[in-house]
Amino acid sequence: MVDMTNYAIHAEGLTKHYGATKALDGIDLSVPEGSVLGVLGPNGAGKTTAVRILATLLRPDSGRATVAGHDVVQDPDAVRRSIGLTGQYASVDEQLTGRENLQLFARLLDFTRPDARARATELLGQFGLDEAGDRRAKTYSGGMRRRLDLAASLVGRPSVIFLDEPTTGLDPSKRDDVWNMVRLLTSEGTTVLLTTQYLEEADALADAITVIDHGLVIAHGTAAELKQIVGGRSLQVRPQDVRDTADIRAILSRVTGRPVGEPTRGLLTAPVEDEQQFTNVVVDLASRGIPVTEISLSLPSLDEVFFTLTGQGASAAPTATATDTHQELVR
Amino acid sequence: MTTMTLPEVARPRPASSLPWLRHSLSLAGRSIKKMMRHPEQFFDVTLQPVLFLVIFVYVLGGAIAGSTQDYLQFVLPGIMIQTVLFSTIAIGVNLNTDIKEGVFDRFRSLPIPRSAPLVGATMAECLRYGLTIAVSLVAGVVMGFRTSTSPVHIAAALLLVLFFAWCMCWVAIWLGMIMREAGSVQGIGFLALFPLTFGSSMFASTDTMPGWLQSWVKINPVTHLTDAVRGLLTGGPAAQDALIALGTSGLILAVFAPLAVRAYRTQA
Repeated sequence: MVDMTNYAIHAEGLTKHYGATKALDGIDLSVPEGSVLGVLGPNGAGKTTAVRILATLLRPDSGRATVAGHDVVQDPDAVRRSIGLTGQYASVDEQLTGRENLQLFARLLDFTRPDARARATELLGQFGLDEAGDRRAKTYSGGMRRRLDLAASLVGRPSVIFLDEPTTGLDPSKRDDVWNMVRLLTSEGTTVLLTTQYLEEADALADAITVIDHGLVIAHGTAAELKQIVGGRSLQVRPQDVRDTADIRAILSRVTGRPVGEPTRGLLTAPVEDEQQFTNVVVDLASRGIPVTEISLSLPSLDEVFFTLTGQGASAAPTATATDTHQELVR
Repeated sequence: MTTMTLPEVARPRPASSLPWLRHSLSLAGRSIKKMMRHPEQFFDVTLQPVLFLVIFVYVLGGAIAGSTQDYLQFVLPGIMIQTVLFSTIAIGVNLNTDIKEGVFDRFRSLPIPRSAPLVGATMAECLRYGLTIAVSLVAGVVMGFRTSTSPVHIAAALLLVLFFAWCMCWVAIWLGMIMREAGSVQGIGFLALFPLTFGSSMFASTDTMPGWLQSWVKINPVTHLTDAVRGLLTGGPAAQDALIALGTSGLILAVFAPLAVRAYRTQA
């Protein structure tokens, strides 16, 4: 077993019930110092509950967790000194200006008045809010509010940051801003636990991904490891002329040695075992003069992994490569 | 567009040795800023005492006391206490909606005492209560109310009302924490305040009331508060009532402040 002190976040068997509803049914999480863990799951999987327990907003019914080396139940104040939290909804006071918000949080973190002012100005600058700093937060756009929120969670220079669905509801360009900030944070050595419903986001930011569903960890690994769960790569072909579809299907099944399904939105997909098969398909198509508008070889997306794990997609996936897999609980 | 670097700045150091008070004051500052941005929050607390004084003194005063001037001398402490007590409901209503907002999650994730956001809010409320008390007194004086005691007595009377209101606002906070809807906080708050205010010696002297009502009025802490303030402003015995009023305020605080804080903690 790895020494626990290497983990910025370490949780074992966390459970939380609301009446008859099991929000968390015993989850384990560990995040090595300075890394990013993506906690991936659909709505209601228990992501937010897990973050709220780790950020000391909720007490677990059972289980143990340490954050920055401090027990979340025994020593919540020490945990609170080490963390920053950005919730699903902006955790700032919308009636106050951006600057007033940051100064307030700095004062609550025991900065002196001049230090609080300096820190607010510094953060407004870093997050591109200098000009908006003296406007009330309620006048901010969604992206600005999210940036202010992120700035607010960094006031005390925390070593661990929780980002609960940081880009939910943001348009793609604003999402990139948030992503860049997260990358900069991690380059400074901050440990980040990020929850998301977007597989792309976990793929782009996280060193490791924990997939949870129905309050349970159903898979854990790197993005590459998770992608192996749904098997190898797939070959995609889009016929130029739909009348060629049957011929192309025949070529694909002959080369890959497996039956090929109906096209979805004009795209034929076949699992391939090695690159040679891709080449063989291309050669076959060329020799018979069948034109195609698109032909590509791709790794499975995390979406496919996710659907496989939560039982909502393909069913043939082997799960042996994923650690902590509780396949029997997947419904 | 957004550049980010994290230059080294000196670590924060404690600004004073009383963190609980300092954190509460910082949060009171937040509430006061918000109040100042919504000046309409001051309308009710300034207009209500004036309105009530005019109605009670000029409409009912002649019938109740035979002379509007005599009734003003009698009823002013009552109007002052009644309006300030009704204005304590606002904090429960406001916090009921306020704590559903994300900023309270941040407060909970900060290393500050759990009670600080609530204590801070009550400190800011005291500003409104003080304003109500001052407006009642000034409006009364303009209408002809005359004090006949020393400035120390007057100050003691006003502080007694303020302290009683501050203790009572914890009941409103508790209601705000346990009720689902802001509307129910308002409804229940008013329902509880009617017997406390009208069922007291505020508007008529106790001995004019039927026996069953007298037995309630005599144990009603608001009666003791009213009688104490009356004594402190216009002369007469006040010490015993003041002590009882202080004692009951303290008791209300000792019961409802912990209840409110506990309800707030479990709201997460």
